[in-house]
Amino acid sequence: MNQILLRQDLVPKIHSFKVAAPKVAGKAQAGQFVIVRIDERGERIPLTIADWDRKEGSVTVVFMEVGTTTNRLAQLGAGDSITDFVGPLGLPTHIEKFGTVVCVAGGFAVATIMPIARAMRQAGNRVISIMGARSKNLIFWEDELRRVSDRLIVTTDDGSYGRKGLVTEPLRELLSGDGKISRVIAIGPTVMMKFCAKTTEPFGVKTIVSLNPIMVDGTGMCGCCRVAVSGATRFVCVDGPDFDGHQVDWDLLMARQRIYLDEEKRSFEQCQHQHGTHS
Amino acid sequence: MAKLDLNRVPMPRQEPEVRAKNFSEVALGYSLKQALAEANRCILCPKRNCVAGCPVNVDIPGFVEAMRDGDMPRAVRALKSKNALPGICGRVCPQETQCEVACVINKRGAPIAIGRLERFVADWERANMGRVNSPKLPKPTGKRVAVVGSGPAGLTAAAELAKLGHGVTIFEALHVAGGVLTYGIPEFRLPKEIVQAEVDYVASLGVELILNSVIGKIDTVDELLESGYQAVFLGTGAGLPMFMNIAGENLNGIYSANEFLTRVNLMKAYRFPEYDTPVKVGKRVAVIGGGNVAMDSARCALRLGADEVYIIYRRSEVEIPARREEVENAMEEGIQFRFLTNPKRFLGDEKNWVVGMECYQMELGEPDESGRRRPIVKEGSEFIIDVDVVVVALGTTPNPLIAQTTEGLKTSKWGTVVADEDTGRAEKPGVWAGGDIVTGSATVISAMGAGKRAAADIDEYLRG
Ligand SMILES: Cc1cc2nc3c(=O)[nH]c(=O)nc-3n(C[C@H](O)[C@H](O)[C@H](O)COP(=O)(O)OP(=O)(O)OC[C@H]3O[C@@H](n4cnc5c(N)ncnc54)[C@H](O)[C@@H]3O)c2cc1C
Ligand SMILES: Cc1cc2nc3c(=O)[nH]c(=O)nc-3n(C[C@H](O)[C@H](O)[C@H](O)COP(=O)(O)OP(=O)(O)OC[C@H]3O[C@@H](n4cnc5c(N)ncnc54)[C@H](O)[C@@H]3O)c2cc1C
Ligand code: SF4
Ligand code: SF4
Ligand code: FES
Repeated sequence: MNQILLRQDLVPKIHSFKVAAPKVAGKAQAGQFVIVRIDERGERIPLTIADWDRKEGSVTVVFMEVGTTTNRLAQLGAGDSITDFVGPLGLPTHIEKFGTVVCVAGGFAVATIMPIARAMRQAGNRVISIMGARSKNLIFWEDELRRVSDRLIVTTDDGSYGRKGLVTEPLRELLSGDGKISRVIAIGPTVMMKFCAKTTEPFGVKTIVSLNPIMVDGTGMCGCCRVAVSGATRFVCVDGPDFDGHQVDWDLLMARQRIYLDEEKRSFEQCQHQHGTHS
Repeated sequence: MAKLDLNRVPMPRQEPEVRAKNFSEVALGYSLKQALAEANRCILCPKRNCVAGCPVNVDIPGFVEAMRDGDMPRAVRALKSKNALPGICGRVCPQETQCEVACVINKRGAPIAIGRLERFVADWERANMGRVNSPKLPKPTGKRVAVVGSGPAGLTAAAELAKLGHGVTIFEALHVAGGVLTYGIPEFRLPKEIVQAEVDYVASLGVELILNSVIGKIDTVDELLESGYQAVFLGTGAGLPMFMNIAGENLNGIYSANEFLTRVNLMKAYRFPEYDTPVKVGKRVAVIGGGNVAMDSARCALRLGADEVYIIYRRSEVEIPARREEVENAMEEGIQFRFLTNPKRFLGDEKNWVVGMECYQMELGEPDESGRRRPIVKEGSEFIIDVDVVVVALGTTPNPLIAQTTEGLKTSKWGTVVADEDTGRAEKPGVWAGGDIVTGSATVISAMGAGKRAAADIDEYLRG
């Protein structure tokens, strides 16, 4: 049992939990994730470690309500407990002094990219961050990301805040600009990562993405999370989640994310029926 | 003495049509009368060949005699002195190749149904002596041992070490203990309640069980050794699924047996949406492989409601490695066997779902290293089977996580950890290993035997 110490509602449907998990906090590194199971009947779902405090023994996760588990999580608050909280899983992001690193985050992945941007900065890189959201009311952790970046660019799809447009536009400008970009880290919805990788490919800049297939155990035991990278089958939970975005078979990843659409819908309908809708 | 009955007392089972639709246990267990009738067939022969056939040398005539004397508690003690998990072994041991094949009566008729008697005694204990019946523990030695993995190897090593007075902590990656017994072998063959009772027994010996702890991530083996454990036993099994590396293998609807069984057994997908983890059932399911894992996957698929379930096996019926009893159960339930058949590639639709499997016909050639006749492709024999779910049950290898994070641990080219067979000692000081992590996929009882031998050697080491 892991107790939720603090809940923050960041923007509609996106929340952060600070969870008591001293052992996980003691080992967490940027880019790793935990597997969470709310209770006896719950599903195991992966969530990225957005922050940790080794002294306090806490780990912060940020999640977006998309289906049954994330909606049920959103009904919990400080003082409640989560039955299973396993981690840190996956390989940490490769951190090194590369030069200038561009960190691109879409949607809730601002939280995912935070520790990576911070570690890249600490390693002596110049960090340029780009964060994109659909609209102004969905922006969070802007100041936090600015603090760990040398430069921050914000985009919104509807132009209600920052630059209007998608994150790929400022990304392309940076790549075609004067300064040499040594590496790009792009994290967010699968399509966004795919298009970031497509954007950087002609420039030959290595682009790391954090893949989000469906998982069960998270320890390399089931093969549910398999993806094709450079034509070879890899397990995201143990070989990743970070991979070279230019080598990922994006269509396969997206197809495999849709395996349970019908079941997810059925489960979600039942969940809403039981708990009433939350919006 | 009454004339020897050459036939064993049949095991009462659920009817095939009924059991094919539920997850309750197939074999119902002997009644007391049936158990005694079977026990009475044993001639308590002085040579006790059966004992040598059992990898942990259960005192078979000893517990059988106690049963015949009507002294069930003595039968329980006789059994449990050698085997901490009799309720499990009585159900899933391949008795027909171990204790029972060695029974003297086997030369003349059906050997004593030792597994069924063992199960009876274990079930009797659970029903009559309370949930757990712990032996008296010696004074604590003050030594601490970390056991990694809570499968049969880890549970046995932990129980043995605790009984010797050592402080034992088990670290388990998943949220439930039991290893393959919990996530792999289905409820209808091994009820989880029985696994839990055995886990509770081990806990009652004072063993601390820490779930959700992936060693290699949350702590490395070296960190365990540095943090107050004088010895580490690795019983992490062989949990990494193998695929065939043929075209289309990542299509939607193609599962490893581990994923399929984990969803069904560990996550209880057969009760979806009450339990939140889904599994795709499919109308036409092909299971590739011929071992126990394949039988379990096929029979799960059938119980989940598939119309047609095929076992695709590249050799013939004679070579099939699964337990005979389970093959027969599967056949009775309506699983269709396609022998001498091997997949060439999978075919998908525009949405990336598997719709078919192109297969070769095979024929058998000369025997290979394993002594079984080698399957050879019949050129030009390709044909297509329509399927919508495929389960690949071709075996597993050890998960590399521990080996990758433990300096000085030696592994074979198969990824198994190198350890001494008699003592379980690994190449690294302070580390022992046993079970599937050393042998590759084997059996419950061999994993237990390894756990037990390692515990004895660890004890010797700790007493220095
Ligand atoms: C390594 C990793 C890190 C992740 N980190 C975060 C994070 O920090 N915050 C966050 O909000 N989400 C994160 N995700 C995604 C998160 O796991 C899913 O949103 C969650 O599983 C959805 O569960 P659900 O029951 O609420 O929705 P479901 O009803 O299961 O699914 C709703 C939608 O989410 C997609 N989905 C379902 N299961 C998964 C899954 N296991 N992984 C990815 N997508 C899935 C489905 O395709 C579907 O469209 C991460 C995923 C991975 C693999
Ligand atoms: C479907 C199926 C059916 C089978 N049927 C039979 C049968 O009928 N009869 C028979 O005798 N045998 C059968 N077997 C084989 C038998 O189950 C195994 O040989 C036996 O379970 C091996 O025991 P073990 O303790 O070595 O490993 P496992 O049972 O595999 O247990 C290993 C445990 O270690 C945990 N672990 C792994 N890595 C880590 C880590 N890094 N940190 C912490 N914990 C970790 C795992 O989660 C797991 O719980 C079957 C196997 C399967 C898969
Ligand atoms: S443990 Fe297995 S092999 Fe040994 S006597 Fe029991 S059933 Fe037979
Ligand atoms: S060998 Fe057979 S008959 Fe002899 S003691 Fe063992 S079980 Fe009984
Ligand atoms: S989630 Fe099971 S192998 Fe990755």
